[in-house]
Amino acid sequence: MAYGDKVMDHYDNPRNVGSFDAKDAEIGTGMVGAPACGDVMRLQIKVGTDGVIEDAKFKTYGCGSAIASSSLLTEWVKGKTLDEAKEIKNTAIAEELELPPVKIHCSVLAEDAIRAAIDDYQSKQ
Amino acid sequence: MSDFKTPIYMDYSSTTPVDPRVAEKMMQCLTMDGVFGNPASRSHAHGWAAEDLVDQAREEIAKTVGADSREIVWTSGATESNNLAIKGAAHFNQRRGKHIVTMKTEHKAVLDTCRQLEREGFEVTYLDPMENGLLDLDVLKAALRDDTTIVSVMHVNNETGVIQDLAAIGEICRDRKIVFHVDAAQSVGKVVVDVEAFKVDLMSFSAHKAYGPKGIGALFVRRKPRVRIEAQIHGGGHERGMRSGTLPTHQIVGMGEAFRIAREEMGAENERIRMLRDRLYDGFKDMEEVFVNGDLDQRIAGNLNISFNFVEGESLMMSLRDVAVSSGSACTSASLEPSYVLRALGRSDELAHSSLRFTIGRFTTEAEVDLAIEQTRAAVEKLRDLSPLWDMFKDGIDLDSVVWAAH
Repeated sequence: MAYGDKVMDHYDNPRNVGSFDAKDAEIGTGMVGAPACGDVMRLQIKVGTDGVIEDAKFKTYGCGSAIASSSLLTEWVKGKTLDEAKEIKNTAIAEELELPPVKIHCSVLAEDAIRAAIDDYQSKQ
Repeated sequence: MSDFKTPIYMDYSSTTPVDPRVAEKMMQCLTMDGVFGNPASRSHAHGWAAEDLVDQAREEIAKTVGADSREIVWTSGATESNNLAIKGAAHFNQRRGKHIVTMKTEHKAVLDTCRQLEREGFEVTYLDPMENGLLDLDVLKAALRDDTTIVSVMHVNNETGVIQDLAAIGEICRDRKIVFHVDAAQSVGKVVVDVEAFKVDLMSFSAHKAYGPKGIGALFVRRKPRVRIEAQIHGGGHERGMRSGTLPTHQIVGMGEAFRIAREEMGAENERIRMLRDRLYDGFKDMEEVFVNGDLDQRIAGNLNISFNFVEGESLMMSLRDVAVSSGSACTSASLEPSYVLRALGRSDELAHSSLRFTIGRFTTEAEVDLAIEQTRAAVEKLRDLSPLWDMFKDGIDLDSVVWAAH
């Protein structure tokens, strides 16, 4: 599959790769997808006392566009409030990365991941 | 890395470059000063010259596969040969029975042909291979019925390179007077092909998998005992009525020369290729969670189909910018299913998603193999660092025990 420059950039230099301690109260973890489907994303957010996402990290098993979608997402959520982060739509990710139609599900997975991470954080409070 | 051009080619089971010796012969059959005539023209020297070359090429094919030249029918490739063989024999024999037996690991050219026959009212049994990719002969015997007219089993699998025991299958079919068809697209030049020893009735061949041109293939149709098929393409009655259409002399000459070279050089070539394949595999052996797909011994020399667990195949290929390989990952195809061949071997979806197929051939060098090892190892390491599954594996979590939010 021939990808655009933006996917290749995120694939070659993925931003914010890594993990936080999932047990920490200020950390929200979202893990979505399944190995059998060929993609699993783990997105973690670190939320400040003011409800703003201070930091984000990810690890992804999947194709190039799944890696790029999660890498982009970590850049976008930083500095956003939880409510703002919830508003991130898969279509915006797909558009920014110029994903081909067959790869749209990767951006859907990224949207699922941020929601799951926020839910996890809120359930801990 | 300067003595070869990148991306280096390790996808020889997909197609091969035309051997320069083959290209040279083909070029002599195109222009005004060459043999450009229609082999079916009986009234002048241009036609006779072309017919001579076609006959010589037919002889080369026959000699390479142990057949009589009158048993070789030219087609556009193995896909057409498979269609002609299976549909042709199914239709011809339909008053005798409408049951066909094949395997789940066959090429789509066989499987989709069988699907079409199902739509026409035929019944098809798709057999599972054993875990190593080979057909269990008892499973085959159990599937045969009184109304079974055709068994179609491929010789060498395109994904795993696994070689079926054709002689044993042929024996079973001959005993029961069932037409035995073999897709041998991947065989010539890699394994000995002998239509007598295998007792095959119909056998499909391709030129472009054996350093010949694309767009030409052949079907072996047995004369003794005579096997009859219904034509699928009608027209001028070429190829004894089995396949009409003007014969492409240059393509045919190319296929003949490619098969001649394959026959004469196979021994030495396979030895060299096996050494390179083993070198490649040795380069991965010490890595964790690496699995070879399909039987390692009953396999052609040039194939290494290998899964790097916890890394997805398409992203792995993205990292291998200097190495051209293919993957069983869903993400490399339009469908979202991983390789049905690896799934049929009982491989998990995860391992199928994580597979790469390296196929080595005539022009592969040791330096290329070393580069492929180096880049693959670096890519796997990079992607495992990115993989949450690798983290979990390292933390001792059993991934099968996790409830995944499948989508």
